[in-house]
Amino acid sequence: MFPNAFRYEAPTSVDEAIRLMTEYGYDGKVLAGGQSLLPMMKLRIAAPAVLIDINGVDDLRGWREVDGTLRIGAMTRHAELEHSAELREQFPLLSRTARWIADPLIRNRGTIGGSLVHADPASDWGTAMMALHAEVEVRSPEKSRRIPIDEFFVDTFATSLEENELAVAVHLPAPAGPVAARYMKLERKAGDFAIAGLAVHIGLGGDGLVCDAGIGICACGPIPLRATKAEAALIGQPLTDETISAASKLVPEDADPTDDLRGSAVYKRDLLRIFASRALREIAEELHGKVGIQ
Amino acid sequence: MIIRVKVNGRLYESDVEPRTLLAYYLREELKLTGTHIGCDTTSCGACTVLLDGKAVKSCTVLAVQANGREVLTVESLDQDGQLHPLQSAFWEEHALQCGYCTPGMLMASYALLQENPMPTEAEIREGLSGNICRCTGYVNIVKAVQSAARTMADKTREALGEVAASGTATD
Ligand SMILES: Cc1cc2nc3c(=O)[nH]c(=O)nc-3n(C[C@H](O)[C@H](O)[C@H](O)COP(=O)(O)OP(=O)(O)OC[C@H]3O[C@@H](n4cnc5c(N)ncnc54)[C@H](O)[C@@H]3O)c2cc1C
Ligand code: FES
Ligand code: FES
Repeated sequence: MFPNAFRYEAPTSVDEAIRLMTEYGYDGKVLAGGQSLLPMMKLRIAAPAVLIDINGVDDLRGWREVDGTLRIGAMTRHAELEHSAELREQFPLLSRTARWIADPLIRNRGTIGGSLVHADPASDWGTAMMALHAEVEVRSPEKSRRIPIDEFFVDTFATSLEENELAVAVHLPAPAGPVAARYMKLERKAGDFAIAGLAVHIGLGGDGLVCDAGIGICACGPIPLRATKAEAALIGQPLTDETISAASKLVPEDADPTDDLRGSAVYKRDLLRIFASRALREIAEELHGKVGIQ
Repeated sequence: MIIRVKVNGRLYESDVEPRTLLAYYLREELKLTGTHIGCDTTSCGACTVLLDGKAVKSCTVLAVQANGREVLTVESLDQDGQLHPLQSAFWEEHALQCGYCTPGMLMASYALLQENPMPTEAEIREGLSGNICRCTGYVNIVKAVQSAARTMADKTREALGEVAASGTATD
């Protein structure tokens, strides 16, 4: 089916994009990868009067280090993060998450910024950004601000962005020591949204103890969630059978899944526990080789 | 809006409505009906084309977004009436029945082999995971891509051999 008719704008700079957003207000919608917005427009779930296509804004592409953080432009495509060898050592969760998003064709178009602003509770990026303690940089004509990811998602398909705020980048703190990560996801069929998913990012200090623990929960609540209890249980601890098992049992306590056709809430909670235990075990094995811990 | 798009090596200039999807532009404006449309949800991949070398679902890209860019459709594969090795392999391995998904399968496979000339079975299955076939059950499609990869590698080797045998261009 055809989308509704709309006016098409193709700004080439961030300033111009923000000016158009301010001018059109509620009537305008930003078009990033279009992999969520255009399907919704074809089904007439969305019918914006104006599309502001930011694919020509080169400043929103790619990544670089800025003051101890990795700054990833909002228009960076899922596939670019999936295939970047350069980011794998310090930010292994990026490629490990990206390869679970939809299918390769959608990953060639969809962007990290679009995925975050779309705010699907099953967004794999949303979940990974929780684990990485990300901040989203947003700009309006008046100001630029950084929103911690814990304050970014307000409700299903709703963020704390104001109407004329453009997401320009995400910032990830650069790890000090060795890190390892896993993304675990159960899907009904290839390329589907998660029934439940878990992002785990662990950093070790020089003493071999966990100094950075990030655990994001996917599709088990109205927004991507954080397993705060499990994170706290891991900080300052070595990764052992006991600490892994204790932390894994805590993960479902921060989840809020519902019963649906894909599985019961009880099942999804248990899935999160199993995912946590598998992810932490694999991470422990990987990190043991990198730092000399027993 | 006036757009200029290079499709299969030929430059087209057209006046399109912004809401025209690339798949419809190719089919209805340019009459390149090899690109199929099978769903409204960006799921089936029947509409797969290459946009600036990357495989995308053309039902979920606006034609105006192809302005100044290059598109390759299934019509670009055969050369002077000779089937592309992928097309021959699909035929030989019975990788199609109704054929509805085939243009998309071919273009997704083509993009895959450009990036990874000798993919493993798992890599082929992953590469084609955005393309749905209701008929074949995928086994023969995977075989066809493997077979095409071998043929294409042999052809490259032959070509390199010929260059070696004929000496360097500056001789
Ligand atoms: C079949 C299918 C399967 C999928 N499976 C998954 C999956 O398994 N996991 C997953 O996480 N996602 C999945 N997706 C979603 C896909 O990853 C999208 O690419 C992504 O969620 C949206 O990103 P986009 O760049 O395409 O944004 P768009 O669709 O262009 O935009 C989405 C929304 O964000 C707004 N927006 C976009 N960029 C900005 C910005 N910079 N500033 C302000 N507002 C902005 C738009 O106005 C719109 O409201 C799937 C999609 C499809 C069609
Ligand atoms: S028609 Fe494009 S994905 Fe189905
Ligand atoms: S051959 Fe019929 S859908 Fe694939």
